[in-house]
Order: sequence, then C-alpha cells, then structure tokens
Amino acid sequence: MSTSKNIQFSPEALELCQKIMRRYPQGKHKSAILPILHIAQAESNGWLSPEVMDYVAGILRIQPIEVYEVASFYSMFNLKPVGKCVIEVCRTGPCWLLGAEDLVRFIEKKLGIKEGQTTPDGMFTLKTVECLASCGTAPMMQIGETYHENLTFDKCGKILDEYKGKGELVTHWKKEKVKNHSDIKQ
Amino acid sequence: MGRQLLINDLDKPGIQTLEGYKACGGYTALDKALKMKPEEIVEEVKKSGLRGRGGAGFPTGMKWSFIAKPPGVPRYLVCNADESEPGTFKDRFLMEKKPHILIEGMIISSFALGANVSYIYIRGEMMYVFHILEKAIQEAYDAGLLGKNIMGSGFDHDLYVHCGAGAYICGEETALIESLEGKRGNPRIKPPFPAVKGVWDCPTVVNNVETIAAVVPITTMGGDEYAKIGIGKSTGTKLISASGHINKPGVYEIELGVPVEEFIYSDKYCGGIRNGKKMKAVVAGGSSVPVLPTDLILKTAKGEPRLMTYESLADGGFQTGTMLGSGGFIVMDEDTSIVKNLWNFTRFYHHESCGQCSPCREGTGWMEKILHKFLDGHASMSDIDLLWDIQGKIEGKTICPLGEAAAWPVAAAIRHFRSEFEEYVKSGKNMKDVKHYYRLNNLETA
Ligand SMILES: Cc1cc2nc3c(=O)[nH]c(=O)nc-3n(C[C@H](O)[C@H](O)[C@H](O)COP(=O)(O)O)c2cc1C
Ligand code: FES
Repeated sequence: MSTSKNIQFSPEALELCQKIMRRYPQGKHKSAILPILHIAQAESNGWLSPEVMDYVAGILRIQPIEVYEVASFYSMFNLKPVGKCVIEVCRTGPCWLLGAEDLVRFIEKKLGIKEGQTTPDGMFTLKTVECLASCGTAPMMQIGETYHENLTFDKCGKILDEYKGKGELVTHWKKEKVKNHSDIKQ
Repeated sequence: MGRQLLINDLDKPGIQTLEGYKACGGYTALDKALKMKPEEIVEEVKKSGLRGRGGAGFPTGMKWSFIAKPPGVPRYLVCNADESEPGTFKDRFLMEKKPHILIEGMIISSFALGANVSYIYIRGEMMYVFHILEKAIQEAYDAGLLGKNIMGSGFDHDLYVHCGAGAYICGEETALIESLEGKRGNPRIKPPFPAVKGVWDCPTVVNNVETIAAVVPITTMGGDEYAKIGIGKSTGTKLISASGHINKPGVYEIELGVPVEEFIYSDKYCGGIRNGKKMKAVVAGGSSVPVLPTDLILKTAKGEPRLMTYESLADGGFQTGTMLGSGGFIVMDEDTSIVKNLWNFTRFYHHESCGQCSPCREGTGWMEKILHKFLDGHASMSDIDLLWDIQGKIEGKTICPLGEAAAWPVAAAIRHFRSEFEEYVKSGKNMKDVKHYYRLNNLETA
C-alpha cells in the first residue's frame, strides 16, 4: 500500500463518483469500481498508479487490494504510464483478415515505436486490443472513446497527425465529460 | 429484404431521440404492456418462440418463467451489452442507432419479471454508446417513462447503464454478474443459476441487447404473429453481423430462414466475395463456432440448401454443421490461411481466459504455442494430433463455456482443413510465404 495523499480529483469528478455509487443498492456501492476507475484514468493522465488506486479505494471505502485485483483484470486500465493518446488497434480475426497486421506495422513505422511502447515526446502509446465490435468496418482502431473505422494507411496517418496537432490527453471517459456530467442520471 | 422489426426506421429523422422514436410508434408497446398482466407478457414471449440472441439460443420465455420469486427479495434484469464475440457488432449498431428500442424493451421486460431496477452492462470500449444510452435514459425519465408510477400504471422502474472495462469473459452471464458487483470477471459455478441467485444474490435474468429489443415488436404484434416469421423453431428476425472478405459488410436484419447462399451472394445482403475471389470458408456465428468450408456452409451433408436458422446451420452436428451463435458471420476468401486465422482466434481465447480452470488457462496457451510452430514451419505431423487431443481435453471440463469456445474452432479447422496443416508441416512454410490476408497497401510505398 502506498500513500495517496498527493492525489486529488476535481470536485466535478468526485461528485460524479458519488452519483454513480448511488446507482447500486445500499451497501453495494463497490459495484461502481469500474466506472470510477475510468474516471480515475481521465483524472490521472490516462493511467492508474498505486497511489491513484489507493485514492479510489478511499472513495469506495474498500481495501486497496480490492482495487488492485480488479484493475489488473481489465484490459482498459493502464497500470503503467502511457502517452496522451493511446492508440488501440484491433488485432482480432475479422480485422486481421482485412489488414490489421499491416496497419500495426504502418503505425509502428510512422511513430518509430513498437507495439506496447510510447513515443519519446509522450504523445502516443501503441496498443493492440481484441475485437471492438466494429468488424464490419475493419480495419479499425480506437483512440479514447472514438472508433476510427475503415482505415487505410493514408486515413490512419492523417488521424494521428490531427491528434498530434491537438496535443491533448484523450481518455475513454473523456475529461470534459467528467467535468460536465449533466447527462449522467442520478 | 424481409420484414425488419428492429433496425427499421433508421432513416427517419431523430430516431436516436425520444421524439423521433415516438414519431415512429415508439413506446406504444410499453403503453400496451403496462395495461397487461406481467404473466401475460411472459406468455406472449413464450408464444413468440423468441430465443436468446446472445449466442446460446435459449428460449427467452422459458428463461423468464424460471425466475425465483421469494417474497420481499428484489429481482433484477441485466442487459448483456458486453458484445465482444469476434465477428459480432449488431448490439453496438442497434444501441447507437436506436437506443430507445432497448430502453423500451428493458422497461417492458422488467415489468414482466417484476423487476423495479435494471442495468445495462455495456462493455467499456463502447464508452460513446454508454453516453448515448445515458442521454436516452435521461429523456425517458423526463417524459415519465422511467421512475415512479410509469405512465400512471403504478409500476416503478429505475434503469441504469453500467460500463465494463475490457474483458471478453464478462459477456458470460455469471462473469458479467461478478463484474457488475465490482469484482474480477470470474464465472460462477452453476447451479445456482442467476434466475435463483444472481446479482447481489438476488434472482436475476440476463438477456442480450437484441433479445430485449425483440420484446418490443413481440408486445406490439403479439407472440403468435411474431412466431409466423421464420421457420420452425427459428422464429422472428435476427440481426446478422457480416464481416470479412465480402463486398458489403454490415449489420443485416433477416427473417430467419434466408438461404445462406442468398445471404452471401445477393446484393440485398453481403453482395458476394470482394475482388472477384472465391469463397473458402465461413465462421457463421461468431469466432467460437465451428468453421465450415464453402461446400458445407452452402449445403448440408445431405445436399439440402443450408438456411440461416438455428436448426439448419446445426444440421449434421459438429461433423458437418455449425451454429447460428451470435450471428457473427465471418467470410474468408480463397487466399485466407485457415491455420493462421485459427492461430489468431486461439491467441484471442488464450488472452481472454480468466484463468480459473486449468484446462482452459493452460490448454489455450498450449494450443496457441503449437499453432505458432505451424506458422514458423517447425511443426511435425504429430502436432496435429496433439492439437486435437488438447482441444478435446478442454471441452466440457471448465466452469464456463469459454473452454468450448476455444476448443471448437480448433477441432473444426482440423476436421475440415487437415490437409492445410499438413501442407505447413511438409513445406516447412514460413508465415511470410503464405498469402494469408488481404493487404491494405504496400507498406514500403505508404
Ligand atoms: C465466453 C462467453 C462470452 C459471452 N459473451 C456474450 C456477449 O458478449 N453478449 C451476450 O449477449 N452474450 C454473451 N454470452 C452468452 C451469455 O452467457 C448469455 O447466454 C446471454 O447473455 C443470455 O442472453 P440471451 O438468452 O438473451 O441470449 C457469452 C458466453 C460466453 C460463455
Ligand atoms: S475484429 Fe476488429 S472489431 Fe471485430
């Protein structure tokens, strides 16, 4: 267990966590762990350090180990630092039939990194992931919440350039949707 | 194209919104349902012959009638929107394009089951759809379609979306329940079944997105009318996710019973094989079901045309048949390497095994390694038999059916394409020499 005293989520994020915890029956608020860990990634540069997980344990009023064992099970949680944009290329059957392997090599070449690595400027991390239920528009990749589909090298290259141009942190649960969560029902 | 009951009206303006959905007759089924008795709705669903659209095809009405009703204990409906079976993308399509049909189905189904709270468990990767659903649910609350005393019926219902975080296994219903409780997605030993002891130990029904959406047209038209669509025990319409080497990939709503040949070659559906190639094989129901070579997917071993129904696709058992599964229809052209495709799927199952049961945890890893030997040109003939042996030792020996899902594709590939494995062994072929997938472009010139 580590110290989480340096971690502080924004008031909006904390409010959102409380809102989500109320969706489950009395005493069953541990159920909120997955949504809250997504919010935690948005609040913590896209990854979950032990300190952040301890902080989440505090919000949920559970033991840190309960957070670690859950966070380590699910592939969307990054337990090591990542770039501002995590590129998640689908590598499963149907995408692979339509060139996913080549797409990964193209991105590796363009960014000068291998799968699993982060660019030296901290902009991109390249990950391969399993079928994202977008096989009809293969090959595809996900960046944050956005599905980029029917990719060609050209299209993929331009998309990456755009993200680089913006230079912003992109997480699955978007940071702005953590800040403004009026769409989330009590 | 036959009748469309789920993905009709997608071209209507604002169909994503409550207003647009209502303009197309949305929520009239709910109005009708709330004036019925819950048992009557269950009866209509039974009569409709609706079978679970998540993959197993279990009769929905029967599943509903199993739910335990101990007094004073809440019951839950949980919608399985984890859609992660490779080749399947219909639920995402439906939720994104027409979120209110799922919400309407959730309320009707919950009313039938006597559940005052329900959850939609959506996989975390579909975060943008999570937000679409949140918005639609908010609209439904604002219009009095959710919350207390819905449409003056006295029925109270709260519906929440819950997001996962990346784990294929969480599509298995007891793993999904564990995950919803905030734990790792380890499937539970059954019995007890969720209908008796589900989420938070309360009676729970887990149904697929498409199953719950289908309850809406069933309520509107009545079970008997719905059952008139389709053939035999394959009633109604089914969403098919078509992918791979076809001209028109996408989601198609078919009346069950369309001939497979028509589905693949007709311009109404897949539009044939792309680039004028010939078809080699099809995985008809998501990556877990047995792959079939062209002759067996188009015709049964008896020589009858194969139809898109639960029964026809299964005709011949696993010797010569397959399964409708989740309706993930993956088409492979003549250039596809069955061995490498199998390696890809096996790697997937190895990656996604939760690790509880040793036959699955270890067996999937061994199979992946052996398949890699084939691709590297290091395999021997006895490795084919070894693969066969391992898959047979996984099947039926695990807590959940992920074991079978990993074993069946291996068995089917060997059964129908043994010569291709042998070819790899004989020529010591390196995977680089195998024209195993369609190339997007030449990397060097990109
Ligand atoms: C490994 C595994 C993964 C599964 N994934 C899904 C899934 O993503 N979506 C789904 O609806 N059912 C999935 N199922 C089937 C569910 O366990 C369950 O049968 C289904 O949700 C029941 O709903 P239905 O009767 O409406 O089909 C999966 C089963 C297994 C064994
Ligand atoms: S295989 Fe890539 S989205 Fe399904």
